[in-house]
Amino acid sequence: MPLFNAFKTRAEAVSSEVHRFPSKMEAMGFILEFLKKEGIEDSVGTCACWAPCPFLEGFDAKRLTEIVPGLHFEVTRQRAAGAKIGISQMDWGLADTGTLVQDATAVEQRLVSTLPEIHLALLETGKILPDLPAVLRLIDPREASYLALITGPSRTADIERVLTIGVHGPVRVVIVCIDPEKEAA
Amino acid sequence: MTRPFKQDIHNALENANLAGALTRFSEAYVVSRAKAYEGIDFEALRARVAEIKGGAAGRLQELAAEFTEKVEAKGARVFRTDSPEKVRDYILNLARERGVRSIVKSKSMASEEIHLNAALQKAGIEVRETDLGEWIIQLSGQRPSHMVMPAIHLKKEEVAEIFSQELRERLSSDIPRLVQVARTEMRQKFLEADLGISGANIAVAETGTLVLVTNEGNGRMVTTLPKIHVAIVGLEKLIARFEEVAPILQALPRSATAQLLTSYVTMITGPVPNTDGSLKELHIILLDSRRTAMARDPKFKQGLQCIRCASCLNVCPVFRLVGGHVFGHTYTGGIGVILTAWFNGLKKSEEIQGLCIQCGRCREVCPARIDIPGLIVEIRRNLAREEGQSLGQKAAYSIVNNRRVFHGLLRAAAIAQKPFVKDGFIRHLPLFLSDMTGFRSLPAIAAVPFRDRFREIRQPVTGERVAFFAGCLIDFAYPEIGEAVVTVLNKAGLEVVFPDRQTCCGAPAHYSGAFEVAAHNAADNIDALLQEEVRAVVSACPTCTAFLKYEFVNSLEETGLNRKARELSSRTVDFSSLVQKLVEGGRLRPAEIRETIPVTYHDSCHLKRTLGIFQEPRSLLAKAGYAVTEMFEADMCCGMGGSYSLKNPAISAHILERKLNNIRQTGTPLVAMDCPACVLQIRGGFDKEGGTVRVKHTAELLAERLR
Repeated sequence: MPLFNAFKTRAEAVSSEVHRFPSKMEAMGFILEFLKKEGIEDSVGTCACWAPCPFLEGFDAKRLTEIVPGLHFEVTRQRAAGAKIGISQMDWGLADTGTLVQDATAVEQRLVSTLPEIHLALLETGKILPDLPAVLRLIDPREASYLALITGPSRTADIERVLTIGVHGPVRVVIVCIDPEKEAA
Repeated sequence: MTRPFKQDIHNALENANLAGALTRFSEAYVVSRAKAYEGIDFEALRARVAEIKGGAAGRLQELAAEFTEKVEAKGARVFRTDSPEKVRDYILNLARERGVRSIVKSKSMASEEIHLNAALQKAGIEVRETDLGEWIIQLSGQRPSHMVMPAIHLKKEEVAEIFSQELRERLSSDIPRLVQVARTEMRQKFLEADLGISGANIAVAETGTLVLVTNEGNGRMVTTLPKIHVAIVGLEKLIARFEEVAPILQALPRSATAQLLTSYVTMITGPVPNTDGSLKELHIILLDSRRTAMARDPKFKQGLQCIRCASCLNVCPVFRLVGGHVFGHTYTGGIGVILTAWFNGLKKSEEIQGLCIQCGRCREVCPARIDIPGLIVEIRRNLAREEGQSLGQKAAYSIVNNRRVFHGLLRAAAIAQKPFVKDGFIRHLPLFLSDMTGFRSLPAIAAVPFRDRFREIRQPVTGERVAFFAGCLIDFAYPEIGEAVVTVLNKAGLEVVFPDRQTCCGAPAHYSGAFEVAAHNAADNIDALLQEEVRAVVSACPTCTAFLKYEFVNSLEETGLNRKARELSSRTVDFSSLVQKLVEGGRLRPAEIRETIPVTYHDSCHLKRTLGIFQEPRSLLAKAGYAVTEMFEADMCCGMGGSYSLKNPAISAHILERKLNNIRQTGTPLVAMDCPACVLQIRGGFDKEGGTVRVKHTAELLAERLR
């Protein structure tokens, strides 16, 4: 997977964290561990919001919220503003810049990747494209009113040019790549 | 130059924080920019960007109409106007009708151009800049000093002080802590705001798409959280097609902040859902404000290709000394001069245009391939046309225009050796007539000019002849450089002729905007130089060479002399390039090996950037037994810039000081260069401080060591 390797190198170079799993189950295992490790619980400032996404198909959402109290699947403005972690699935990755690309027209998608401190971004490994022109060829913006390209966490160098992470948007971008499921033997 | 402007320059030069911050940045920028462009064909990329933006600038109205149609079909409202006042009224009315009390803004230079914040605040509406740098600037009541880094002139202690006052709480100057304060403080404002204002980096006509390029994430919040979004878009942001977004996004972050891509790129096409399920109200203001007029000007149209990366500021030797509070208006630096002249009126650019030293560094890095120095000279021409020349200028040029009188004056000056002409007058004469010796010594005018000494030189008769164009400095101040040129060429078996009727190349007049005078000089020189049957016309002054080779053709474009100018151009060659060919052809060899002499080499602006020559002199020096040690920023201007050093002596002196220091740092006792004007500046600088570094023209060093 030369595209994945390039993507990982570039994404890490801009302070994203990149993980890769051979299956959805293993990815879910990591996510639940991650939520636990970050101390997600059901109160303002420590909860997590998960925007609707194809990855969740086949999982019992109710069961998940029982395992992780504080994890919410109904994303509201208020909840996202009080969430520590926002989770969403991205549509594409760009290998040459480590960028995540998403049709974020649905407002929940924007809320979970904008307001919380940590953005956990899911990405199918097979959706990594070489570069920006490649993804722009696939997109018709008339069909996707709000396209979001995300390359690492929020950053600024406005005070004495010192690079500082996390000014308005997420402080951490954690990318979870999921390989395509192998056909059952 | 007015007294207040002079004072501003003085204050900026004395502000160690400002110069320190800008200089450290400009040094780091060159390195990080190069790294960001690794693996990318910059010339091809910028050709593409220029093509896209230039094409769009040629059909702004058409693209504006297409954009409007497309995005209105999606449900947005577009307001196109030429008037800043109407933009303010539109937004004020909207705010009134919707009961807007607070506004959050992400960065928009167009809104700064029309002084929107003041108008909104006057109407009792709270406006909050949310870009960290812009917020700092807003709180401190200043204006941005840099197009990309608005608060680069402020130290963290000053920022801490500004925040402390705003929050009525003592804050430390720890940067991450200050950023955290901004995050917390701003978060509430984002969530409460009734209306969000943004700019746009690109507007795509074909799809009605706005592209926003940001790093902090404020742009996403401004366009997501409030229920109304107003985007203020300068007409020049329009491009025709969606696929053309990619090249611009490849160039902009690399050139602006040396990033491969900014943290966030947002592409908005029409209204999007709000957090309460309603559809956002999207208003897009297309601001003309003289852009269409600019697009109609065949020369200045290319100024609209600018993508606001500010790389022209970052590489400018003057900007890094004085910053954007002095060097600019809403838009700063080199491109700022050009945009100010159009958006705010020619008069407003009068002072700032004089800060450009014409070194050409910005032209080298501009990702939209705008000839920034060339357009600034055009502004000078327009200013000269509109306001006429001063009496001093007129008197000076009437002399430069008449070779006999001009050369007579130079000879008289040599005898007098005292300044005998007044300030306003000598400013426009070749500067060795000046007595302004503040920061450097000036050479005495040669008792016997080169044109007279030349007759005494005994040359071999080989029948293979080249003509030598001396230029004023070699002719009247440094005849020994001319003699060295003849010596080297004679050794290669070339016979040198000196056409007596040659005169000033016209550069001083050209750079002051006196194009007619420059054209007159060009015509005289063409006439003199084409008289002789010669293989080539050689000059040891890169500025003269550039004029003979390129500028004569331009300035005589619409005259009958055009063909002759081209003929002269094809014959003209700079000294080092000619000698390099002679060495390659085996006609010149190193003299018998003696000890190697250490030297460092200074690249002159016109040689490196106009003529593209920088390998040749280094290779020749090495062949002739000199060991070349590279200095830091070898191709940075020395601060001379012809009459620039007389008009802006304080800036010139600061630039020179850096150059001298970079030369000293190499530890070599000798510095070589190909330009007699750089010799004047750098030798004068070392002489003034009593230094021991010898300053030589490459020709002088080669004359001793080639055979």
